[in-house]
Amino acid sequence: MTQIAVTVNGTRREADVEPRTLLVYFLREQLGLTGTNVGCDTSSCGACTVHLDGESVKSCTLLAVQADGREVMTIEALAEADGTLHPLQDAFHRHHGLQCGYCTPGMLMAAASYLKENPTPTEAEVRESLEGNLCRCTGYQNIVESILDAAGQMSGAKS
Amino acid sequence: MIPAPFDYARAGSVEEAISLLGSDPDAKVLAGGHSLLPAMRLRIARPSMLVDIGRIADLSYVREDGDRIAIGALTRHHDVANAEVLQQLCPIVAHAAGQIGDPQVRHMGTIGGSVAHGDPAGDLPSVLLALDAGFVAQGPTGTRTVAATGFFTSLFETALAPDEVLTEIRVPKATAGWSFMKFQRRAQDWAVVGVSAVRANGGVHVGLTNMGLTPLRAVGVEEAVGGGADPASAAARADEGTAPPDDAFGSAEYRRQLVKVLVRRALEEALP
Repeated sequence: MTQIAVTVNGTRREADVEPRTLLVYFLREQLGLTGTNVGCDTSSCGACTVHLDGESVKSCTLLAVQADGREVMTIEALAEADGTLHPLQDAFHRHHGLQCGYCTPGMLMAAASYLKENPTPTEAEVRESLEGNLCRCTGYQNIVESILDAAGQMSGAKS
Repeated sequence: MIPAPFDYARAGSVEEAISLLGSDPDAKVLAGGHSLLPAMRLRIARPSMLVDIGRIADLSYVREDGDRIAIGALTRHHDVANAEVLQQLCPIVAHAAGQIGDPQVRHMGTIGGSVAHGDPAGDLPSVLLALDAGFVAQGPTGTRTVAATGFFTSLFETALAPDEVLTEIRVPKATAGWSFMKFQRRAQDWAVVGVSAVRANGGVHVGLTNMGLTPLRAVGVEEAVGGGADPASAAARADEGTAPPDDAFGSAEYRRQLVKVLVRRALEEALP
């Protein structure tokens, strides 16, 4: 076992993990944060996307020990503490940017990371930014509309 | 899928990594882990120990160094793609790094990991081969630079010794003309076939992805262009000396045809 200390959603969490423990299972099974989904388990689908030090990563392709001493943010922390939805969550709600919802946490975390990098993307850029996230309901049209709407809200709020 | 058990050691320096690697012949280096961990989860790879070099901060950089650009082995694909010095002085490397996997993969995967993994389907190895890059390896007895042309020895095998660590990738300035063609079925897939073309010394260097056990140079094409052939006739020699795989993404015959098409397009783009 290896001792790690990871700041998860703002709270420092210390734990003993087997080196082979993948970050997504540490989050789901040891910390009970089940909002992050395991989809393909082969680094393809992006359902397990979380932020590591503010950037999107696939938590099924990271060892928990690689997150030691770093900051992880999961879907559970995307909304405000008082329940106010993140502009992306609000836009997904209004545009129905989901069908079954399984890919949604990953879509939201991927989009949140991308909008930090490019706050005013074109539609083509949004589609490209989702190359690591699969929606098998093929609900991409509304997902892309949601992200574009949220980008408008967020960049409007800033200016 | 969970990897088989292994011992884990985090190296604070390259020297410490080398000594850890020397202590266990079945140890593997962990950088970003985006080639190694998928293989370990499928249990294709079962190293007894992982030596994590991911925290060695001074191995992540991109800087101009005389007539070359030096890229630290731990520089992530995301940072290679966004490095201004590469965008200006060796744009094919920045462009190709931005085409690897997807944003999440590029936030973790490193250029050194991609090179050391030696995957013939990887995007960067054939680009670096076309550029005649140099790979700096540090081992117990010192540092050496291995030319890209002698680095990739077989499928997933390189000239690195088990106790050597790749520390730097050195590329020339290459702004004259270039092209990077990656043919894939879905956005994040490996290339079915990839082609990189770089103008150099009045001729052109052409690298091929996924056309054999290692990344390859299209020697016949380079010779034809050097002899004054137009892109279409030079590209007809693109599959010379290749041994493309036959797999779910395409038959060997399909790849032999595809590589000719992609090389022609790449030459047209790189040699206006």
